[in-house]
Amino acid sequence: MAGAAEIDSATAWGGKTSPFKVSYGKMMMWFFLISDGLTFGGLLAALGFAKFANPESAATWPMGEEVFTHIPFTHAPAPLIYVAFMTFILIVSSVTMVLAVEAGHRMDKKGVIKWLAFTVVGGLVFLLSQVWEWSTFIAGPDGDLSTWYDNATLQHNPYGPTLYANFFFFITGFHGFHVFTGVLFNILVLRQVIRGVYHKRGHYEMVEKVGLYWHFVDLVWVFVFTFYYLV
Amino acid sequence: MERDDIVEYSLDYHHSEEEGVQVRKKIWKVTAILSIVTIIEVAVGIFFPKASVGEWAWFMIKLGYIILTVVKAGYIVMIFMHLGDEHKTLRQMILYPYILFILYLVFILYTEGTYVGEGWNTFH
Repeated sequence: MAGAAEIDSATAWGGKTSPFKVSYGKMMMWFFLISDGLTFGGLLAALGFAKFANPESAATWPMGEEVFTHIPFTHAPAPLIYVAFMTFILIVSSVTMVLAVEAGHRMDKKGVIKWLAFTVVGGLVFLLSQVWEWSTFIAGPDGDLSTWYDNATLQHNPYGPTLYANFFFFITGFHGFHVFTGVLFNILVLRQVIRGVYHKRGHYEMVEKVGLYWHFVDLVWVFVFTFYYLV
Repeated sequence: MERDDIVEYSLDYHHSEEEGVQVRKKIWKVTAILSIVTIIEVAVGIFFPKASVGEWAWFMIKLGYIILTVVKAGYIVMIFMHLGDEHKTLRQMILYPYILFILYLVFILYTEGTYVGEGWNTFH
């Protein structure tokens, strides 16, 4: 080491331990979430661009409370109520996921199974709600899916500018696909928990990692809710 | 051969039953905050629709929505995703570049979007 300065271990990282004090898998999950967050950030920013650039000669950009007025099994007007319900479902399933992670930190296998199972159920309820919301949105004000000419499609929709429906399909569709894969991951991890793989390993970090993904899905929906439905 | 270059951080997060009670208390508190904020947002959306309020009031409502959303996002990221209790360098590495980039993207797209809209209004 002639000529090279000695590394002062008091100020510089000396190797071996992670400077971030976090395991490899968890850091990679954060890296993935950042890049995925940029994708969603790009989509929502593009939605804003389309709104700001919408000319006066075109149809006005519709408001969420005028479009999403339905709830299942009744025709009473209920603006945004069902979307709020979906938001609530996702928040609650996020809570059950964080409780599963907490149980994992106490090596409480039964607790992890219980809360993770609730999380899977919450995700499935959200996905089914998404199916209902899409079919209601596509059917349009007449509520009839079979009359194709007045349905909402990528070419035309009964609400406003073409881009309004396109962004609905793309943003909620992309988010819904994330929920779908999240439910899939949760089911796979739940299976491993039941088989006792993580208990034998000595820690439930895998639950934490899929938990990060699941919270991210909830986080994205919080932004979709505000920027697509509310403003 | 035993490797000495892997430090297991996964065990650092383990806690006892008593600490678990505290953690769960915090979780339920955050749940209540998130639910209340969502209810406020929806109530404002129902009782003050854009069509019934003036331009200035709508701007303030919009600003309120964005602030409430950031509050919600903060609770989710810091408490649920546990980033608030991670090592400082990890937290900063994740948050600062992302926030900086998104703020720039939003600024440039909305500025350009406004001009594109004006262009269409003028020449269409």
